[in-house]
Amino acid sequence: MKRRKIIEETIFRIISAFAAYSLIAILAFIIFIIFLKGFRALNLDMVTKIPKGGFYYGGEGGVLNAIVGSLYIAFGATFIAILVGMPAALYINVHLIRLRRTQNFIRYLLDALWGIPSIVYGAFGFTLMLFFGMNASLLAGIITVALLITPIMVRTFDEVLSTIPKGLHEATLALGSTNTEMAFKVMLKQGFSGFITAVLLSFGRGIGDAASVLFTAGYTDLIPVNLDEPAATLPLAIFFQLSSPIPEVRERAFASAAILTIIILIISLGARYLSKKYSKTILR
Amino acid sequence: MVSNTGTMTEQHSEVISKQEETSSILRIDNLNVYADKNHILKDINLIIPKNKVTVLLGPSGCGKTTLLKAMNRLTDLYKELKVDGHIYIEEDDILNATKNIPVIRQKMGLLSQRPYPLPVSIYKNVAYGIKLKGIRDKKLIDYSVERNLREVGLWDEVKNRLNSPATSLSIGQQQRLCLARGLAVKPRIILADEPTSALDPISSKIIENLFKKLEQHYTIILVTHVLRQAIRLADHVVFMSFGEIIEQGQPDELFNNPKTEKLKEYIIHGN
Amino acid sequence: MVTTLVTILLIPLIIGVGLYFKAAPIIENQSLWQLITSSNWAPSKGNFGFWPFIAGSLYVTILSFILAAPVCLFAAIYLTQFSSSKLLQFMHPVIDILAGLPSVIYGVWGILIIVPLISDLLAPIFNTNSSGYSLFAGGIVLAIMCIPYMLNMMIEVFNTVPIGMKEASLSLGATYWESVKHVVVRGSYPGIISACGLGIAKAFGETIAVMMVVGNRIQVTLNPFEAGYPLPALIANNYGEMLSIPMYDSALMFAALLLLVIILLINLVFRYFIYKTQKR
Repeated sequence: MKRRKIIEETIFRIISAFAAYSLIAILAFIIFIIFLKGFRALNLDMVTKIPKGGFYYGGEGGVLNAIVGSLYIAFGATFIAILVGMPAALYINVHLIRLRRTQNFIRYLLDALWGIPSIVYGAFGFTLMLFFGMNASLLAGIITVALLITPIMVRTFDEVLSTIPKGLHEATLALGSTNTEMAFKVMLKQGFSGFITAVLLSFGRGIGDAASVLFTAGYTDLIPVNLDEPAATLPLAIFFQLSSPIPEVRERAFASAAILTIIILIISLGARYLSKKYSKTILR
Repeated sequence: MVSNTGTMTEQHSEVISKQEETSSILRIDNLNVYADKNHILKDINLIIPKNKVTVLLGPSGCGKTTLLKAMNRLTDLYKELKVDGHIYIEEDDILNATKNIPVIRQKMGLLSQRPYPLPVSIYKNVAYGIKLKGIRDKKLIDYSVERNLREVGLWDEVKNRLNSPATSLSIGQQQRLCLARGLAVKPRIILADEPTSALDPISSKIIENLFKKLEQHYTIILVTHVLRQAIRLADHVVFMSFGEIIEQGQPDELFNNPKTEKLKEYIIHGN
Repeated sequence: MVTTLVTILLIPLIIGVGLYFKAAPIIENQSLWQLITSSNWAPSKGNFGFWPFIAGSLYVTILSFILAAPVCLFAAIYLTQFSSSKLLQFMHPVIDILAGLPSVIYGVWGILIIVPLISDLLAPIFNTNSSGYSLFAGGIVLAIMCIPYMLNMMIEVFNTVPIGMKEASLSLGATYWESVKHVVVRGSYPGIISACGLGIAKAFGETIAVMMVVGNRIQVTLNPFEAGYPLPALIANNYGEMLSIPMYDSALMFAALLLLVIILLINLVFRYFIYKTQKR
């Protein structure tokens, strides 16, 4: 019987090690392929020019339209999300500090919000557009993406804030500050790294998501100059151009994929690095 | 209340030589334990008398819990610990054994600071160890479960809900359950790491009384930082500080005539 | 501050209501039951049977779950119980990146690698023909996308098992592996199930990546080498024609509403489960 136990354990160790390592391999493989295809297509023109001759059929030029469009939307949406989400997260952690059940209930709702697929936000954004008579535009895209990423912003920030020890609240209150004053000063300082992480994660989500901008931001060869114009985005640049019959157009898709992947890599690694770095100065 | 065996004198060396005539149940030779760069246990040499309650006493951080956990090689679970030396459980050196370590471990039962009932029913908790040995006969298992639950005084309280989760018991009951579970594998030694520290006074008293009852058939090694508990239960006391054994001997001797400064200080402040 | 919080919390409600309003015409026109179970999809004739899309979503979600769940479970056990802590630390950024990669990137990779894999390698093994754009491709891509979320949660759950439990089990004479089996895994069932629930919810709603590899053919089939058409893909693919055919926009909004309701339901149920067990 002992032998059977040993065999069972060895088999299991091998399988589970394989599972763990294969995940690393898969990630490496994905990035490798994307970069392989993408870097071949990447050159200075690609990132500095807009497509010529129509994005689907014209092989000249680059993807500057998508890069700028994505940046506009991601920054805009993140800005709104900060404006709306940060006070909300602070509120949960400061004013509701005694109402444990309410806190949990709200977090529970927020988590559910996080789970809504982006296509639903896109569809909703579209109905809003029709309702307000907006065209597919930068503004519509920004609003829809803002809706998508706000729960992420709130919940991530909230997660960090909730680890701040309660004693800190009480000490600050004892020193005479009002709840709001305290909220902003003390928590912001302690939760700063969490704030940065939340912003980065939300930004990353906002720049990479396709389904939410599919209906709402439109697509164009040009760089939008005001909020009413349609905007191209990197995810859609990939999506639309990948199936073009013109190889140069497909190259643009791969280049966009590489650019997008690089952005995400920087954000993911940056967020993790920052959260580790700043957590050293935080009270435990 | 300290048990007084009339044949032993109060000199520690006499205790040792008496034991060497009978085979020592647990002997530690030159044990050193390191955690990363820190030398947690320094050159421990110890003999545990059979069928007595030996108390490991000392201020927190002195290494008594690490010593206890080294005895049944639970230190394996802590990757930062490096263990060197010999610990003989009857004739087996558990630290240097390469096979059958689980079997050697079964010679000792563990009772932790907090009760850790397994995430299964009361019945299955007690049956866990027996089943590990390969026993499948239901009647045998039933018998063992009942006997061990009776031994710790839990049988009447739980006999009608053996299949309910172990977590439905109160903390005091859970700790007794853990004791019953440990006894079911028929150990010779019971390792107890501050077993009453999470319990209310009544449950603590029950556990202490159980120890006094079990003493006749089992060797008990008890870690505690509560001086009074040591005084109540110990037949033999080992006082430690900063990873070393400072003094050991019979409780009256140690507490009434402490020989070292450290022990004197501990007695004064050590409640 | 309160206003922002309340507004945020109201979002699902607002979305639900908004979608409902747009979907109302079609709900009033045909019975709910008919909409959900009929396979007759001919928008120009006014036939809107959503079943093929719901079935497609279900198929691809379940397939991805079957592929992903065991991998996550095994990997989580290895990382928390057997490997060095350095490997686990290394895995965290790996998981972060896998979770952060946009859907469209997975789609590209799927087209470049998975689709040919199926058409050139796997289909011949099973003696069938396949273009590669199939439910199988969708399942594989989805599985990889869900793994980081499920894995993260399982790791967390396994790490919260107190070491005292393992000590207790070892002291009773169990081997390390037996202790892992009986204490860590058995004691974490609720958490494991919740992790699975989250993975399922995510898979069900995923749009772009699946769309790029699943073939987008309206049919109900159990053959994974055939193409399918999940619900999110329906919405994404047809929004262009939405306004030109009567009731089409309403139908698509209904699809979105359906998706929202299903996901919220899955999410709420599983999250409730987590909170209940965490109270312990």
